[in-house]
Amino acid sequence: MSSAGMEYSLKGILREVLSYKSGLFGILLLIFLVVLSIVTIITIPYNTAINLWRGEEGIWLENPKNAQPVWVKYIVGKNLPENIVLDSKKAGTIGITKALTEIPGTDFKKVYMEFTFTYDYDDFPSEVNIFFDAKYTKNAPILKIYIIKPGGIKVDLTNYILRKPDDILYLSINPIVSQNLLIHASSVVGKQLEEELPIEMALFAVEDESLANVGTLKVLKGVYKIVIEGTLFGKESDVDAKVVIYGKVWGWAGTDHMRRDLGIALLWGTPVAMSFGLTASLMITILHLSIATISGYYGGWVDSLIQRLTEIYMIIPFLPFLIMIATFYKLDIWILLAVIIVLSIFGGGIKSTRALVMQIREYPYIEAAKVYGASNLRIIFLYIIPKILPPVIPGLIGAVPSYVFLEAGLSFLGLGDPYLPTWGKVINDAYNNGALYKGYYYWVLEPAFMLILTAFAFSFLGFALDKIVNPKLREV
Amino acid sequence: MSEDNVLLKVVKLRKWFEMRKGLFGEVMYLKAVDGVTFDLNKGEAISLVGESGSGKTTLGKTILRLREPTDGKIIFKGKDITHLPNDKLFWYRREASLIQQDPFGALPAHFTISKIIEEPLIIHKMGDKEERRERVYKALEEVRLTPVEDFASKYPHMLSGGQMQRVAIARALVLRPSLVIADEPVSMLDASVRIEILTLLRELQDRLKISFIYITHDLATTRYFSEWIFIMYAGHIVERGLTKEILRNPLHPYTKALLSAIPDPDPENRKKFRDVPPGEPPSLINPPPGCRFAPRCPFAMDKCKEEPPEIEVSPKHFVKCWLYA
Amino acid sequence: MSDNILEVKNLKLYYETRKGIVKAVDNVSFTLKRGETLAIVGESGCGKSSMAKAIIRLLPRNVHTYSGEVFFDGKDIMKYDDNRFRREVRWRKISMVFQGAQNSLNPVLKVGFQIAEPLMIHEGLKKEEAIKRAREALKLVGIHEAFIDRYPFELSGGMKQRVVIAMALVTRPEILILDEPTSALDVITQANIMNLLKRLKKEFNFTYIFITHDIALSSELADKVAVMYAGEIVELASAEVFYGEPNHPYSRKLMASVPTLRTDKKLEFIPGAPPSLINPPPGCRFAPRCPFAMDKCKEEPPVYNLDEGHFVKCWLFEEKR
Repeated sequence: MSSAGMEYSLKGILREVLSYKSGLFGILLLIFLVVLSIVTIITIPYNTAINLWRGEEGIWLENPKNAQPVWVKYIVGKNLPENIVLDSKKAGTIGITKALTEIPGTDFKKVYMEFTFTYDYDDFPSEVNIFFDAKYTKNAPILKIYIIKPGGIKVDLTNYILRKPDDILYLSINPIVSQNLLIHASSVVGKQLEEELPIEMALFAVEDESLANVGTLKVLKGVYKIVIEGTLFGKESDVDAKVVIYGKVWGWAGTDHMRRDLGIALLWGTPVAMSFGLTASLMITILHLSIATISGYYGGWVDSLIQRLTEIYMIIPFLPFLIMIATFYKLDIWILLAVIIVLSIFGGGIKSTRALVMQIREYPYIEAAKVYGASNLRIIFLYIIPKILPPVIPGLIGAVPSYVFLEAGLSFLGLGDPYLPTWGKVINDAYNNGALYKGYYYWVLEPAFMLILTAFAFSFLGFALDKIVNPKLREV
Repeated sequence: MSEDNVLLKVVKLRKWFEMRKGLFGEVMYLKAVDGVTFDLNKGEAISLVGESGSGKTTLGKTILRLREPTDGKIIFKGKDITHLPNDKLFWYRREASLIQQDPFGALPAHFTISKIIEEPLIIHKMGDKEERRERVYKALEEVRLTPVEDFASKYPHMLSGGQMQRVAIARALVLRPSLVIADEPVSMLDASVRIEILTLLRELQDRLKISFIYITHDLATTRYFSEWIFIMYAGHIVERGLTKEILRNPLHPYTKALLSAIPDPDPENRKKFRDVPPGEPPSLINPPPGCRFAPRCPFAMDKCKEEPPEIEVSPKHFVKCWLYA
Repeated sequence: MSDNILEVKNLKLYYETRKGIVKAVDNVSFTLKRGETLAIVGESGCGKSSMAKAIIRLLPRNVHTYSGEVFFDGKDIMKYDDNRFRREVRWRKISMVFQGAQNSLNPVLKVGFQIAEPLMIHEGLKKEEAIKRAREALKLVGIHEAFIDRYPFELSGGMKQRVVIAMALVTRPEILILDEPTSALDVITQANIMNLLKRLKKEFNFTYIFITHDIALSSELADKVAVMYAGEIVELASAEVFYGEPNHPYSRKLMASVPTLRTDKKLEFIPGAPPSLINPPPGCRFAPRCPFAMDKCKEEPPVYNLDEGHFVKCWLFEEKR
C-alpha cells in the first residue's frame, strides 16, 4: 500500500519533495540556476554573447589579462590594484587636464595633457598602455611622455611619434622606456644596473636602493602624474590619449588570456548547460520509455528484435565513439546533442523500464481493461505509461548532470563548440594557457564550481524524488 | 430450459497451454480446461467451485475470450464466439464483464473512482459527459458508496478493501452486461466484509437479471449465492447440479471429500480427525488419461483409467464418475 | 496456576511510522496452560500477527514501545536481553510457523539443511547429527525421508507447509505459534495439515497459539479463543462458549458473519470498518459499530472476568461480575 499512498497531484509531490532536506536543497539550487539562466539570456542576448566572446574589434582591450576576480582582494588580504582608466576626452574632470594651444603664425599646435591619480594599492599594476585618438592630415604629432612620481621625482619615459591616428603605445613593453627607466634606476641606486626592470613595476616603485633588483621593489603609494605633451601639425589636428593602468583584479569573475570577462562565460554557460542537459535527458528518456513500452507490452518478435538492438547498443563504447565523431567533424553544440541522442536511442535504461512494463501488464486492472474493451493503445497510454512515469522521473533528473559533464568534458578536450562560451570551453582555455602552472586558479575553479553546483542541484533533487517514488527507500 | 432462454452454451471446451522446455525441447501441454460442457440461462447464477490449480480461473477467462479456446465451442446469445478475433469481439465486451479477486490490483491507482467507472462508458461511446456522470453516480449508488460525490473524486488508495471491491462491481455493471464472471470476488476481503459484498452481488444479480458465474474455493458461501454449483477438479467439471441438492447429497467422491474437509465453527472439531483423502491435486501438465481424481479416490477402480462420462443421476444433477454408470 | 506455561501481562507493541504511532498490541493479557491451544482470531489489521511477533520478539526496526511481562514457566522472558532471548527462548522454547510460509523457504538450500539449521544454530549440533534429527522431523510431519535432499521448488504447497512446521518443531519447543499456517492452501490440504497438527498435539502435548482470521478453521484446534479488535483482546473464552454463545458484541457479530456449510443461518455483516491503529478513538474501540453502544462506551471499558479463564472487555457486563 505504500506506493498507493502517494499523492498524484503535482502539489502533493512538491510537498513531499520539500519535506526531504535533499529535495529542498536541490530545488533551491535549481531555482537559482533557472533564474540565472533567464536573467542572462535577457540581459546578454545570444548574438551579443557570441560576439563578445569572439573578442573582435578590440572590445576587451581595456581589460587586464588574466586578472583575478575583485573579491580575491579580501581573501588574500592585499589591496590588489584595479584598473585605472584616464581619458583626456574627459578633460575637466578631476585629475585630467588638457590644453591645446595654437602657435600663432604657424600651422603648429602645442598640446599638454596631464593625468593625475592616486595609487595606493599594495601591488604593482600588470600593464600600462596608452591609447591615442588623433586627427591629422600629413604629419603625425610628436609627443613627449614623462611621469612625476610622488615626491616630485620626474622620470622621462619616451618621445613618441604616432604611427597612425588610433595608435596604441604599449608602454610596458616599449624598449626605449625600459632603457630610460634603467638609466634612471641606476642613477638612483648609484651604480650601473645591468638587468632591466619590468616597466609597470619600475614606474610605481619606491625610489631607493630597492630599485636595484626586481625582487626588492616596493610599491610607492601616493599621487602620480603622467604628462603627455607635444606638437601637432595642421590647423585641424588634434590628439587625445587614454592612459590605462591595468590592475591585477577585474570584475566579479576575473578575466582570461584574451582579456575577456569570465563572468560572461560563467553566466552564459548556465543556460547552455541546463538546456543541453535537460534536452538530452528528456529526449533520451522519452525515446527509452516509448521503445521499452512497445517492447514490453507487445512481446513476441518485436520485443526480441528491440532487445537485441539494445544489447548491441550497450556493447558499443559510447564515449570513444563520441570522441571519434567529435574529432573528425567540427560539431556545434546542437549537432553534438543530436549525436549523443542518436548514440543513446537503445540504451540500457530500456531493459529496466521494459521489465516494469511487463510486470504492470500482468496487473489485474490491465486485464479488466481488456475485458471492458479498451484498445491496446489506450491501455498503453492511459493505463501503463502513467504508472511507469514515476520511477522514470528521478532517473531523468539525475541523469542531467552526466550530460552536462559530457559536454563539458568534450569542450575541455577541445572537441566541443569552438564559439560558444561554455564552462568546458573555459576550462579548455585555462588548460591550454597553463592556468594552474601560472597560478590562475580562479580560471579553473570558477567553471568547475558552476559544474558542481549544477550537478548538486539535479542530483539532490533526483535523490529526493527517488526516495518518494521508491517505497523501499522511504524513510518510515 | 428452452433454447432462447439460454445465454451461454459451452461445448467440450478445452484450453491447453503449450509449455516448451528450452528452444528445442519436447512440447508439453498444461491442460487447464479439458472438456467442459454446460448451459447457462439468462438471469441465472452458477457457483464454480474448485481449488487453486483446478482450472476454474482459466475457464472463466476463456469464456470471456481473454484467452482463445484450444478446442470446443463457446456460443453466446446464439453467436459462436469461439475463434472470433479481438477486433470482432467489441460488442461482446459490453455483454460480458469481470470482477477480479484482488481489489487493490483491479483498480488503476492513478484514476479517480469516477474515472474508473467511466472508462467502459467512454470506450463504448455511451452518452456525453453529462450522461456519463449521471450513470457513474447511479452506479455508485447501486453499490452503496454514498455520498456519491465524495467517493467519485477519491483515489483507490483512500478506500478500504471492501469499498474498492464495490467500485470494481460498479465498473463491471455500468454497461449493464448480460453475463458477469466474478473470480473469487471476496477471498481477499476480511471475513466480516465478505458477506456484505456477496449479499450486494446477489441483490444486484437478482434485480438486474444478470447471469453470474461466481468462481470460488469457499463452498460455504455458495449456498448464499447461487442456484447451481459446478464442482471443478483438474480441468474437469466432476459434478454439477442445484446448490441445495449437492450440499445435501454430494455424489462425486471429490465433492464428498470437499464437504468433509470444510469445518463449521464447532468446539467438537478439535476432538476428531477429518476423513479426507491424502495427497494434493495433480499437475495439469500432460496428465495421465482417465479420471483425474482416481489417484486419491478411496473408491478407485480399474475402470477409472478410462475417462468417465457425465451421467445425469437425477434431474439436472450430473456426475462424472464411473460409480454411477 | 503453576501449570500455566505462558502468562502474558500488559503486553504492548507500538510501531513508529511517518504517519504516527501504530498501537498494534495495546495492553494485552492472557494465560495459557500446558497443552492448551489458544486461537487468536480477528480481522486483518487487528494486531494478531504483531502479537505473535511480540511474544517471540521478532521486531522490526521502527519499534516505539515494547513493554509488558511475559512469564514462560514462571520466568519473565521480557527481561532477557536479546542475546539471552535468542539463545534460550526463541526456537528453543517458543517456535513459530509463519504466514505465507511456502515463500519463506530458501530456494537455494536443500530442504533437509533448512530443517537442520535451527539445530546447528541453537543447539550447536554437528551437521550429521542435525540432519538425522531433520529426517525424524520430516517423518513426523508425514513427508518421506527422501525429501531431505530435495529443493523447495520440487515440493507442492502442502508439502512446503509441512516442511516449515518441521523446521519449527525440530528443536522440540514447548510452544508453537502458528500464524495463518494454511493460507493459500487448498481446502483438502488444509484439512490434512490440521489433522497433522491435531496428531502432534496429542502425541507431544504441544501448546499452540493459533492465529487466524478464519473462525471456522480456528475451531479445529482451539481450546480457548481470544478475539482481537484494534489491538486489544475484547473477549477470551473457552471454545464451547465462543463457538456457541459468545458474549462481546463484536464476537457475536463475527460469529454471525461466518457462512456455514451444514446449517442454514441468516448471515449478518458488520457495517463500517475497524479503526486505524494510529490514534485509536478514546473509549471502547468497537463502539462506533456496536449495536449496543451506550454513552458509557466513550470511556474505556475495563476487563470483566466472567468465569474461570473467561473475560470480556465491555461495559455491558458490568453487573454480571
